[in-house]
Amino acid sequence: MDALIPLLTIFMLAVFVGFEIITKVPPLLHTPLMSGSNAISGITIIGAMLSVASSNQTTTILGFLALVIATVNVVGGFLVTHRMLGMFRKKD
Amino acid sequence: MDSVINLIYLGASVLFILGIRGLTHPRTAVRGNLLGATGMLLAVVATLLDQQILGTGGQAFGLLLGGVVLGAAIGATLALRIEMTAMPEMVALLNAFGGGASALVAGAVLVGATDPPAQTTVATVASGLIGSVTFWGSLVAFDKLRGLLLPDQPVLFPGQQMLNGVLGLAALGCGVMVVAGAGLGDLGPVGYYAALVAIASILGILLTIPIGGADMPVAIALLNSYSGLAAASTGFVLSNNILIITGSLVGASGLILTRIMCKAMNRSLVNVLVGAIAEGGGSKSDADAVYAGRVKSTSAEEVAMLFDGARRAVIVPGYGLAVSQAQHQVRDLANLLESRGVEVEYAIHPVAGRMPGHMNVLLAEADVDYDKLKEMDAINPSFEQTDVSLVIGANDIVNPDARTDPGSPIAGMPILNVDQSRTVVVIKRSLSPGFAGIPNPLFAADNTLMFFGDGKKAVLDLIAAVKDTD
Repeated sequence: MDALIPLLTIFMLAVFVGFEIITKVPPLLHTPLMSGSNAISGITIIGAMLSVASSNQTTTILGFLALVIATVNVVGGFLVTHRMLGMFRKKD
Repeated sequence: MDSVINLIYLGASVLFILGIRGLTHPRTAVRGNLLGATGMLLAVVATLLDQQILGTGGQAFGLLLGGVVLGAAIGATLALRIEMTAMPEMVALLNAFGGGASALVAGAVLVGATDPPAQTTVATVASGLIGSVTFWGSLVAFDKLRGLLLPDQPVLFPGQQMLNGVLGLAALGCGVMVVAGAGLGDLGPVGYYAALVAIASILGILLTIPIGGADMPVAIALLNSYSGLAAASTGFVLSNNILIITGSLVGASGLILTRIMCKAMNRSLVNVLVGAIAEGGGSKSDADAVYAGRVKSTSAEEVAMLFDGARRAVIVPGYGLAVSQAQHQVRDLANLLESRGVEVEYAIHPVAGRMPGHMNVLLAEADVDYDKLKEMDAINPSFEQTDVSLVIGANDIVNPDARTDPGSPIAGMPILNVDQSRTVVVIKRSLSPGFAGIPNPLFAADNTLMFFGDGKKAVLDLIAAVKDTD
């Protein structure tokens, strides 16, 4: 239980930070917001990396699968967001 | 070493937050995305320093490299090949992978753990449940958007809610067994986790099939939120701050978008999730009674003449624009009109298309200045001063019944008030109803002209006709 409190604290504060900044994203950019947030939710890649390095073989296999799809999220998410954002231009 | 790694994680979290903040304006958005990517790179490099990985004496590096190269190749191919019109499918896939990765990591940790504390196992159960629902739900959404196996319309059957309830309880039951660390017969906690994932997978499919095509913006936003929550749960499993922070950011983002989409349809989340609009709440007026003898069909030449005398035109894109891939032709038409002194703007309804911001991305791809893409509340007061409103492939979002008929299934839904402009030209294949399944009195209004045909072809004809008015 003692270990849980700091984690819960971080969780709650991050939710509030999330609400504060994301309500300021204009509808114009809602699609890039979704692909970009998918890219950063690929942070699970870290857990996958640690699992791959496990001495338990089943953990390694599951971790490897997670590593592949989390990397798809990270690389695919950031790239497609970059591609989209490059299209939003202002002409003078 | 651990504190160094955690400090780098903290730095990466800050970069993620700054990255999202960059998305609050198109000018800073590209830099924001790059900040986020930098944060991710830092986090990955820091993780390589972890004793669990370094301690394998480089043995793990081969597998890690292989997995990253494979995933990066798939991700890059998807990201560079995908059409802008198919962006909802892309986001659905990314949602699926995010949820799947979280469920896999939680399972991997459970398999390797000896006598994990309850705090860890509760998080493992949450991660497995949310992750699996997200994975399969998103694949169903992907399938519906692509039109592969499942119909665009809601799939409903008797006892659906009951079955979902039973499956939900069964999944929770498995979860309790995982947390209790108990075993019955041959089935240990890992076995129960596998059962939980299997049940949650079926649940994910069943929860998404009743959601219809036009409600996809809500489904995708909600699944986006789930994938974030799954990542946060995995953060609790690993006691890892950066996963918790990032997961909750994404969870909050998805929730906010879900709320915006529901509000833009004046429907509750529950109503969307059970596919209720297809069952036809409220009175449905008869199409013949609405349209009979009142619909006026028009030609490219007639519309070109309207534009010739117009000072201001508003283009209203809908899902039909994406289907016929007409965004570049629409841009050409707008440029042509502007060169003749017509002021042209675009009116974007929040739920136009199949995901939040879908129309904006399409028009941005066609090089339309983003300042011309107006939100509903910003452009609605100006329709009264608009000479021609050109509706392309949109239906329910311009149906005046939402404003005037309290018995309509879409009553109270905020709409674009195109009917207030001097003339409305609607490009549409036929008089077939939109997703709500109701006739649209706009099509029979005195100031409306119907231009029947495929979106792209119709706009091309219009361009030719406008050029001929010289």
